[in-house]
Amino acid sequence: MSQVRVLVGTRKGAFILTSDGKRQNWEVSGPHFAGWEIYHLKGSPADPNRLYASQSTSWFGQLIQRSSDGGKTWEAVGNKFAYDGVPGTHQWYDGTPHPWEFKRVWHLEPSLTDPDSVYAGIEDAALFQSTDGGMNWQELSGLRGHGSGPRWQPGAGGMCLHTIILDRSNPQRIFIAISAAGAFRTDDGGKTWLPINRGLYSKYIPDPTAEVGHCVHHVAMHPARPGVLFMQKHWDVMRSDNAGDSWQEVSGDLPTDFGFVIDVHAHEPETIYVVPIKSDSEHFVPDGKLRVFRSRTGGNEWEPLTKGLPQSNCYVNVLRDAMAVDSLDQCGVYFGTSGGQVYASADAGDSWSPIVRDLPGVLSVEVQTLA
Amino acid sequence: MIRILLPQHLRTLAHVGVEVTLDVAEPATQRSVLDALEARYPMLCGTIRDHATQQRRPFLRFFACEEDLSFESQDAPLPTAVVSGAEPLIIIGAIAGG
Repeated sequence: MSQVRVLVGTRKGAFILTSDGKRQNWEVSGPHFAGWEIYHLKGSPADPNRLYASQSTSWFGQLIQRSSDGGKTWEAVGNKFAYDGVPGTHQWYDGTPHPWEFKRVWHLEPSLTDPDSVYAGIEDAALFQSTDGGMNWQELSGLRGHGSGPRWQPGAGGMCLHTIILDRSNPQRIFIAISAAGAFRTDDGGKTWLPINRGLYSKYIPDPTAEVGHCVHHVAMHPARPGVLFMQKHWDVMRSDNAGDSWQEVSGDLPTDFGFVIDVHAHEPETIYVVPIKSDSEHFVPDGKLRVFRSRTGGNEWEPLTKGLPQSNCYVNVLRDAMAVDSLDQCGVYFGTSGGQVYASADAGDSWSPIVRDLPGVLSVEVQTLA
Repeated sequence: MIRILLPQHLRTLAHVGVEVTLDVAEPATQRSVLDALEARYPMLCGTIRDHATQQRRPFLRFFACEEDLSFESQDAPLPTAVVSGAEPLIIIGAIAGG
């Protein structure tokens, strides 16, 4: 029978939640790496027992942990992220040049085909790759070396490369996103990169339609339609039907189009999910109601999903990497909150129930569907 | 033989107890002790000294013989009592509260 494994990164450790295909009864293991921030952990599509975790604190810096048994045991692997060559500068908050400095790993994206190959998105924004199971890391410096690099600027959360999307139909193509530089695409395996921000409008930057400088919060893609991308920007929900060459706004009738997460149904490429957040100065759900919004039309027309979610006195946030879907026949949707709840829906969002209520603040949620 | 006391998170990471002992050639310095520590426990690389700068991470301090050695040169000889093993070199993480 199928199993689901939910990988949860929190501000004070990692938790692994497992259930059978009914997704009613859950076993909770953790905290793994208790007391450490776990920005992200994710399993290899090529070997579901191979997991990678990003572990960090302000005291001891960055570690990468690897498991080869589905999270039962872990070993620390390489944690040296050295920028290629002379790092140079990007822009600081006040517009002055600031040297590139490694701070942490925000996102780990295992290869679709090789369990020992994994990408890391880091702060200050750069893309790294390991081909030996995380022991050694090399920068794909063509991204940071893009001519716009010196003009990139951090968002409030830091200048982080937080989204990495691999294209199963084209191994040479990778999409990434950076706060607050924007989205980029490579079509040659990471050697050269193209900013893909045409159509984005960000009124808070000097040139609202600039080539770079947009605070992209997250991007999602359905594996069967790699040319269609969905984006939750700082403000605005966007879609692209040409692999990012241009974008159109699809915020439609959302109560607010600020937010962090966005994800796509496992079997319905035009069904997407967001969690609207009140504003960039009030990072919690509007009206004290935790509502996931679902569009079955690829955007513009949205319905609130509330069954099982708190509809009063709720003031949590859902961060950019804290939503995921499983691939069971009845698609499961999962998200974690800044208040430490992890909610699951076994019916594509129609109804929700908490798997756990009282974890530390959730930073990331990933799901593995196991045979 | 040099005795080192590690903060709790690093003990967990290195799978060791409260105290680690190392043989370090004289003259023992902060740098040579940390080199030996990282060679024995590679998972500690980057957690005490920054990978890029090799400087002490800002939220850590080094103490021995009731003195703060954090701002001593990394190449200064450690106190005799530390070198002899009579006193430990203590690595302490900042205690944040509020």
